[in-house]
Amino acid sequence: MPNVSTVVIGAGHCGLAMSRCLTDRSIDHVVLERGEVAQSWRTRWWDSLRLLTPNWMSRLPGGYAYQGDDPDGYLAAREVADLIAGYASQCGAPVQVGTTVTAVQHDDGGYLIQTDQGTWRARSVVLASGACSMQVLPPFVDQLPPGITSLTPDQYRSPQALPEGGVLVVGASATGIQIADEVHRSGRPVTIASGEHVRLPRTYRGRDILWWMDTSGLLDEDYTEIDDVRRARSLPSMQLVGSPGRTIDLNALQALGVRLIGRLAGIRDGIAQFSGSLPNVCALADLKMVRLLDAIDIWAASADLDETPAERFAPTLVPAPVPLSIDLRKGEIRTIIWATGFQPDMSWLDLPVFDRKQRLIHDGGVVTPGLYVLGLPFLRRRKSSLIDGAAADAAALAAHLAGHLDGVTARSSA
Amino acid sequence: MTTTAESQVDNGVNVEALLGAREAIGETPELAQFQWRATSTWVYGTHSQSEIETFYGLNDEQKHHTSFSFDLDHPEQFAATDKGITPIEVVLVALGGCLTGGIAAVAQQRQIQLRSVKATITGDMDMHGILGMDSDVRNGYSDVKVKYEIDADATPEEIRALVAQSQKRSAVYDIMTNPTNVTVDVV
Repeated sequence: MPNVSTVVIGAGHCGLAMSRCLTDRSIDHVVLERGEVAQSWRTRWWDSLRLLTPNWMSRLPGGYAYQGDDPDGYLAAREVADLIAGYASQCGAPVQVGTTVTAVQHDDGGYLIQTDQGTWRARSVVLASGACSMQVLPPFVDQLPPGITSLTPDQYRSPQALPEGGVLVVGASATGIQIADEVHRSGRPVTIASGEHVRLPRTYRGRDILWWMDTSGLLDEDYTEIDDVRRARSLPSMQLVGSPGRTIDLNALQALGVRLIGRLAGIRDGIAQFSGSLPNVCALADLKMVRLLDAIDIWAASADLDETPAERFAPTLVPAPVPLSIDLRKGEIRTIIWATGFQPDMSWLDLPVFDRKQRLIHDGGVVTPGLYVLGLPFLRRRKSSLIDGAAADAAALAAHLAGHLDGVTARSSA
Repeated sequence: MTTTAESQVDNGVNVEALLGAREAIGETPELAQFQWRATSTWVYGTHSQSEIETFYGLNDEQKHHTSFSFDLDHPEQFAATDKGITPIEVVLVALGGCLTGGIAAVAQQRQIQLRSVKATITGDMDMHGILGMDSDVRNGYSDVKVKYEIDADATPEEIRALVAQSQKRSAVYDIMTNPTNVTVDVV
């Protein structure tokens, strides 16, 4: 049975960042990958998807970064995959592709990692299989009346593949607003159901909003320094699209003709029921955006970066009255797309490390000494779920891991 | 008397106790399972009386310090005796009570001193619904509006954020804006 100090599960940007940090520390390891390097970016997403962060933010440990001539652009999914694959080969990462992990168990102070290609033994494990492996679906998803096409975002490819007719997009975070935008432009009238969301302009005071968040230090905020880390970790994704200067918020969608409606609360007898809370979820998002812009403005003034004036954006327009139901049997809606969020899939982790809702319990990525996780929202910093967040997180956890291995080694040789 | 900045804000809400409850429930989830109860007894005409005394929660039977009683009726315009407010007005009372209490709690946690908080709550209703005259009109409210006048040591934005957060955490707001399973049995 192969035996290594560390098994890293997943060869996306997080797993490879960790691999690089382990190599730098001369820690022997293997990166197990179920498909190819950057598998999700190659196979999982719709045709038009681009990275939400500008190219200059694609930075990984060891000085690897985007080298193209469009630092302010946004990579297409395929280009992200190529960037990550380039990183794997530059680092000479010990990736074993085509290896699906089926179980991870405790074994004599270390771990047994079972895969469809045999079993590994390791003294430490790094979980880097992604925060978005599994679609989150509401419990009433199977209550749809017949004749409605029901798709998750990873089944969706392009508007042209959808039936003609109305489309209900459930969810108004990054995925929902992007799909709503392109589907409506294809001539299929879209209704978008929105619960709580994170509204952001793509550009602010002449620069990408993420430039401000990065440069001002907001993205570096530490998980130990914020008020409510649980809340920060469950925030929906930012309403952004990887397209220069383009903001797709709920006002932009409505200007296009998209119908805005409240959170989908249930389906009963073929009738979709929507929450009457739309005015408040919009107010919450508007207020939160203003607080962010206020913080940026204060920082900009202190950094002498206020050559372009502060901007404020119109409050989200809430239609009156907001419809509370749609009869799904009447043909108005032909397709439903469930942009209701993602969660990590850790079902193969046979260890008592989950809370009552099957969420992995960890402290800044340390599950237990010797077991680590990367890439989850606000794992250690606000940017933990961004490609640019992997470097700092992987470095910190590699340091912890190395300390653990030293301790293990010290104990076994004592 | 303490002089810390924390203790200078007093809206009469014990936030430490509430956060402590959150902590306790985090460790013992069944503590969070509550049941609220009321009885309703017909008096005469549309007049009924409701009694509220016990509830279940924190793993045990619980009790208000006294039994509360409410008369519900309809006004004379409905050829009734007006011995109390109408049940639909109780819903407005409940919404206002829930949101206002929530505002005090959120303000306390955010260290905002409230001086006065007043909500005016209106519910629009088309009687064609409950009179069974138009099946396109629902029985309940077509529109509920709450207007807050708040005097507090805070910016207008902070006050708006208080009111928004209170809605986000309000049970009655949730009950009114989302479907709820209701089962009525005869025993």
